[in-house]
Amino acid sequence: MAIPKKFMGYRRQNGRVGIRNHVIILPLDDLSNAACEKVANNVKGTLAIPHHYGRLQFGEDLELHFRTLIGSGCNPNVAAVVVIGIEPGWTGRVVDGIAKTGKPVEGFALERNGEHKTVMNASWAAQKFVQDASEIHREECDLSDLWVSVKCGESDTTSGIGSNPTVGNLIDKLDPLGVTSCFGETSEITGAEEVCRERGKTPEVGKKFYDTWQAYMDEVIEPNKTNDLSESQPTKGNIEGGLTTIEEKAFGNLEKIGKKTSYIDVLGPAEEPEKGPGLYFMDTSSAAAECVTLQAAAGFAVHLFPTGQGNVIGNPIEPVIKLTANPRTAREMSEHVDLDVSGILRREMNYDQAGDALIDIMMRTCNGRLTCAEALGHQEFVMTKLYRSA
Amino acid sequence: MSAPHFVVHDNSDSVGVVVVETVEPQTEMTGWNMETDETIHITALDAIPIGHKVALGDIGNGDTILKYGHSIGKAVEDIGKGHHVHVHNLKTTKW
Repeated sequence: MAIPKKFMGYRRQNGRVGIRNHVIILPLDDLSNAACEKVANNVKGTLAIPHHYGRLQFGEDLELHFRTLIGSGCNPNVAAVVVIGIEPGWTGRVVDGIAKTGKPVEGFALERNGEHKTVMNASWAAQKFVQDASEIHREECDLSDLWVSVKCGESDTTSGIGSNPTVGNLIDKLDPLGVTSCFGETSEITGAEEVCRERGKTPEVGKKFYDTWQAYMDEVIEPNKTNDLSESQPTKGNIEGGLTTIEEKAFGNLEKIGKKTSYIDVLGPAEEPEKGPGLYFMDTSSAAAECVTLQAAAGFAVHLFPTGQGNVIGNPIEPVIKLTANPRTAREMSEHVDLDVSGILRREMNYDQAGDALIDIMMRTCNGRLTCAEALGHQEFVMTKLYRSA
Repeated sequence: MSAPHFVVHDNSDSVGVVVVETVEPQTEMTGWNMETDETIHITALDAIPIGHKVALGDIGNGDTILKYGHSIGKAVEDIGKGHHVHVHNLKTTKW
């Protein structure tokens, strides 16, 4: 199949290209969720993104909170942002971070105003933003302007046989064409960490990955584990689907980065890639919504999500394309499945054909086709919390 | 060959993965070695659900079990060829 070299995207003020044109109403903190939802209710076509955190965080955890919020606003799928916070200081920090992209952004604080007045003022801004955004048109963009993230979930052994290698086939085909891509799931590389280290472009990059993985083991798993993590890694659903150990899950997981593509750098959670086109590893949780939220905050525009037992995830900012090779999932959960590659298990389809089919549905999604998760209204947005608040 | 009952990722693997929805005991299974493209035959000795593993040969208690050509853990009991391999007889060596 000839891979399309162009797609119709939204080019933003900073040159980045998005595939959606959202106006988001972004709360700084848990207290501001209600006001954001009221604004989104007042002004049609806007999207509130409620979440649970933002108070009394400190240190690296607070930095990650800001990086995630600012990054979400900076994502090129977002045309404009209204930020609402309990007080003006931290609200302003998010506004200033997003404003660096050049896109329209305004902040509002509840203290000294109250909710009615804040909602009214924010609604005026949101209305202007959404009407202005409706006049931004898609334009022809290069494939190399596309940033693609990948993460699997509710995996089973069919993920390692079918859906993950399909994603890997796409990565191997698009990496040489200058696409920027990202995989993560630090805990879920466990068992395959030596193989993953070898996939670094240079020994230094491989070591950077390995040190990140080791730090996760030393700081998170070892002090907190109470058993062999069975029912969490692998999960109950994984085990039901035939995955027995974390090692087995890890080798299946790693199929997503293809056979030949090397990663060129290792990113912290929600950190934007800065070394140009290529594949990046990001230090993330393996929980689906946490991982995709961090990847969207790093600027990725479209997500590929292979599943075995049938994950239903979406994201408010980054469209999530789901594929499965499990014939039962494809049949029983078809409203969640954008691409069925179960033909691989029957030897009716090979990886090359499956990879082409995934490129096709991904390009159609980039050109505007809604994913299953978008049609069903799945907007899981979950902040990663590093430790308890002060 | 027609649709296989199970697939094997790597020629060195000690287990294959069932890819049809029902395998009953005594099913004469055909398998596809994805690395060599060879067809192999094994009789299932347990009911094995889709996605679950079958022992390709006799595995001893304590043996390392290979899939994708790599260790995915250790057997915690003897497992005969054709039997179901899962959480009851295979454990992680990682945590």
